[in-house]
Amino acid sequence: MTKNVDAIVVGGGIHGCSTALHLCLAGLKPVLIEKDYAGRHASGVNAGGVRQLARHIPEIPLSIRSMGIWEKISDLVDDDCSFENYGQVLVAENEEELAVCRARVAELNTLGFTHEELIDATELRRLVPAVAETCPGGVVSRRDGAANPAQTTTAFRRKAEQLGAIVREGVAASNIRQSEGLWHVDVGAESFAAPVLVNAAGAWAGTIAATLGEPVPVETVAPMLMITSRVPHFIDPVVILRGRKLSFKQFKNGTVLIGGGHLATPYQDRNETVLDWKSLATSARTVFELFPVMRDATIVRAWAGIEAKMKDDIPVFGPSSRHKGLYHQFGFSLHGFQLGPGAGAVMAELIVNGGTQTRIGDLGIDRFYSPTL
Amino acid sequence: MTVAPKREDYDVVVIGAGPAGLAAAATSAEAGLSTLLLDENIGPGGQVFRAIASTPVTERNQLGADYWVGADLVQALRASNAEVIHRATVWSLDRNLEIAVSVGGASAFVKAKRVILATGALERPFPIPGWTLPGVMTAGAAQTMLKSSALVPDRRTVIAGQGPLLWLLAAQILRLGGRIDRILDTTERGNYFAALPHAFAFLASPYFRKGLSMMREVKAKVQVVSGVTELAASGDGQLAGVSYVAGGKRETIPADLLLLHQGVVPNVNLAMAAGVDHRWDDLQLCWSPVLDASGNSSVAGIAIAGDGAGIGGASAAVVRGRIAARAAAEALAPAAAAKLPALATLRSDLAKAERGRTFLDTLFRPAPQFRIPAGDTIVCRCEEVTAKDILDAVAIGATGPNQLKAYRRTGMGPCQGRLCGLTVTELMAQARAKTPQEIGYYRLRAPVKPITLAELAAVPKSEDDIKAVVRG
Amino acid sequence: MFKRFEQDKRPPVQIFVDGIAVAARQGDTVSAALLASSCDVRRSTAVSGALRLPYCMMGVCFDCLVTIDGVGNRQGCLVPVTEGMQIEIQKGKREIGK
Repeated sequence: MTKNVDAIVVGGGIHGCSTALHLCLAGLKPVLIEKDYAGRHASGVNAGGVRQLARHIPEIPLSIRSMGIWEKISDLVDDDCSFENYGQVLVAENEEELAVCRARVAELNTLGFTHEELIDATELRRLVPAVAETCPGGVVSRRDGAANPAQTTTAFRRKAEQLGAIVREGVAASNIRQSEGLWHVDVGAESFAAPVLVNAAGAWAGTIAATLGEPVPVETVAPMLMITSRVPHFIDPVVILRGRKLSFKQFKNGTVLIGGGHLATPYQDRNETVLDWKSLATSARTVFELFPVMRDATIVRAWAGIEAKMKDDIPVFGPSSRHKGLYHQFGFSLHGFQLGPGAGAVMAELIVNGGTQTRIGDLGIDRFYSPTL
Repeated sequence: MTVAPKREDYDVVVIGAGPAGLAAAATSAEAGLSTLLLDENIGPGGQVFRAIASTPVTERNQLGADYWVGADLVQALRASNAEVIHRATVWSLDRNLEIAVSVGGASAFVKAKRVILATGALERPFPIPGWTLPGVMTAGAAQTMLKSSALVPDRRTVIAGQGPLLWLLAAQILRLGGRIDRILDTTERGNYFAALPHAFAFLASPYFRKGLSMMREVKAKVQVVSGVTELAASGDGQLAGVSYVAGGKRETIPADLLLLHQGVVPNVNLAMAAGVDHRWDDLQLCWSPVLDASGNSSVAGIAIAGDGAGIGGASAAVVRGRIAARAAAEALAPAAAAKLPALATLRSDLAKAERGRTFLDTLFRPAPQFRIPAGDTIVCRCEEVTAKDILDAVAIGATGPNQLKAYRRTGMGPCQGRLCGLTVTELMAQARAKTPQEIGYYRLRAPVKPITLAELAAVPKSEDDIKAVVRG
Repeated sequence: MFKRFEQDKRPPVQIFVDGIAVAARQGDTVSAALLASSCDVRRSTAVSGALRLPYCMMGVCFDCLVTIDGVGNRQGCLVPVTEGMQIEIQKGKREIGK
C-alpha cells in the first residue's frame, strides 16, 4: 500500500526536521524518514554553535535568515533549545591574524554585512577575561551564541510531528524512484509517494544524489569534540580562533566543550568513528595556551559525529538540476547546525512558492556541472 | 613508583589484574608472547582477590580459603615474563587495538596484536530512596576496605540485599570483630521455586556447602529478616535510618551504615567504547558481550575473559582467562600454544567452574522494585536525575538512553553510566513496553575514565599536527 | 563508621585532610583513610551541592572525588596514601586555575 503525502523528507537531522516542520507550517503534509533516530549523527552531537561569524560569503544570507529564527526559537518549537546568545568571538593570536580579521570585516562591510565587528585587545579582554594576554584582538558577532544540538533537533522533530508530519525512525529510506511525476520511497514494508522529495540525508546524501544522477564532490567526515567536567563559570561567549583549529564554549551547567574540526576516522556503515587522540591532544594544547586556567580541567568524554563535507566547503542547497520535485539540502561541511532553522524555512518557500527572498543562488548543485548549451 | 610501558607494541595486552587477567597474562607470557598487564588498582587481585599481595588480614581463615587461591595466581604471574603495571588506567581502546593508558599522571599509547579485556564486574545498581546518602555504600565497598585496610563497621550497621557475596562479607566482618545490627534479605520468595529445577547442579557445586555453612555462621550472630519487599534509606545529609517492609509489616531502624548488594554485572564500558557488540542477558539482567567459545568479541583481536564476559564467578574467570590467552597464542605463536594445557581440558574445567551458576542466577534474580525505581528516587547519581525525571522525558519523546541524554544528561557525568545505565534501560523499557534489547544502552565514549586536559596535552604530537583555518 | 582491626600491624602514614593531621596506614587508599578518620569527609556535588561519601570503593562511582596534593577530581579510592599527602574535601564545582 502506498501512502500519498505532499513531500518526502529523507534524513532526520536538524535540516530534515526543520524542513518537515516548515512544510507543516505551510499547510503541507510531509513524511520524515530517518534510518536511526532524529539527531543520531552530526545534528545531535555537534558543538551547538549558533554562529554567523566567519562564514563563507555565499551562505551568509541564509545564516542571517536563520539567526532571526533562532532568536525566537521557543515560539517555533515550544522549547528553548538551551539557546544562549552571548556572542561568538574570533580571537586573533597575533598582529598578522588581526590584519586578516581587519580585511575580512572591511570586505563584509563593502558587501553590506555588518554582523562582524573588529575588536581590540581591551574589548577582547572585556568579552573573554580568561584569554591569554598576548592576543591583540579579534572579531565579534554579538548576536551569535550556542544551543544544545540534540535538544534542538529533537524539539524540531517533535514539533513537526505535532503539526502533522509523519515520522518514521529506525528504518532507512530505500528504493527511491520517480514515476509519473511522483517520488516513491520505501520505508521497510511501507511505501510513500509525493510530488516532492527533499534529500537531507547528511553523510548519506551524496549517495542519494549520485544514485539520482547528480554526483557531487563530497566526503564523509567526523569532526571530534570533547567535554570537561563541570567547572565554575568563567566565560560567556563562544570562542573560535583565526589561525588554529579550536572552538570553545562553556555551558550553563559548567561543562566546557572543546571542538574545532580535528577529524576522527568515520566508519559510516557501522555508524561508528575511531577517535584520533593525537589530534585531540593538539586541541588540548591549544586550549591551555589560550586559556591557561583550563590546565587541570578533566575531560570526561570525546566523540565525533558523521557528516558530509563538500570539496568547496559550502552546502548543496536548492532544487535539483535534473529532476522536477527533487530538492537537495546537505553537505553543510561542519557548519550546518546554525543554518538548520533558516534552511528549513527557505526550503519550504522554494517548495511551496517556487522561490525565496533569501539569496541562496551560489549554493545550488548546478555549481558542480559545467554549463551546457 | 609506577612507570610507563617499556614498549610501544605488544603481542598481547591484558587489561585488568583480577582472576581472569592474572591467568590470561601468565598464560600468554608462558607461551612466549610479549605480554603487558595493565591494572588500575594498587596491587594485583581485582575485586575478588583484592589486596591479595598486601592484605593486613593475614590469618587465612578470616578471609577464607577461596580468597587465598589468588595468591597462587599472582605467584604464577610473577614467575612469568609478563610486564605488569599497576595504577595504570586504560582510558581508551579502539578497534585498531590502540590503547591509551594513564600511568602516574602521564598518558602513553601502546598497540597490541591481541587485547584480552578482563575488566570484571561491578555491583548492580541498587537504586532505593536515599541510596546517595553518606553512610550508604555497597557491600563490595565494605569488603574492599576489609581486605585492603582491615577496616570493619563499628557503628549501627545494616546489610541489605541478596546473593553469596552478602553472606561472605557478613561472615568476614564478624570474624574481624565488626558490627552488624541486622541483615535484610531481599531474595524474592518465588525465586526459590523458580530455581528448583536447577538445584541438582547447584548441590553438586562447591558453592552449596560453603554457602550453607557461611549462612549458618552469620545467622547465629545477627538478626536476619527475610522476604524484604521494600527498602529505603533516610537522613538529612547523612544516613539516619533504614526502613523496610517484610511480610507486609513496615519497620524503621536507626542506622549509621547501610551496605547494599544485589549481585554483580559485567563492567562493559571499555568493551563497548571499543565497539564490541553486546546483548541483553534476560537471565542475568545485564548487557553481556557477544563472544565465541574462546572469548573472541565482534571486534577482531579483542577477546573478553572473566566476569566482563558475563558473570561466572572467580573460578570460571581464571579458566576463561586461560582460554582467551590460549586462543591468542594459537593465533600468534601456534607452536608455543601446543605446549599449553589442551583446549579440551580447559573447557572441561570451565564447565565444572560454571556448575550451579544458573541456580544462583535464578535464585538471586533481583526483584523488579529494586531494579526499577519510581518517583523521586535518584537513578543517575552523577547528574542527580530521578526516576520521575526520566519518565517525564519519555513522555515528551525520549525513546532510548541516548536520546534521554539530550533531555536529562543521564549518564553524562564522570561515571559514564556505570551506576545508572542498567536502571535507565530497564526503566525506559518498562515505560515504553519494549524489551531492554530494543531500548538499548548508552553509546559509550573514551575517555572511559576522565583525564586532565594537561595530561592529554602532554601526549606526543602527531605528524599531521597541522595549522589550518578555523572552522568551528 | 569503620574501625581498624586490632591485628592490623601496618606502619602508620600521616596525611593532612583540609590541613588537619590524620593517621593512616601504609596501603590505605585515600578514601579508606578518610572513612577511617573521625573527620567530616563528605564532599558536596557539583550539580546540587548534595553531600556524598564514597559508594563503591572500586573506581566506578566517582563519589570519592577529592583534591590530592592540589590536583582535583581524583578518585580517592584508587590512590594510595603517602607521607605528608595533602587532601582537600571538594565542595561543589572544583575551581580551576587556582
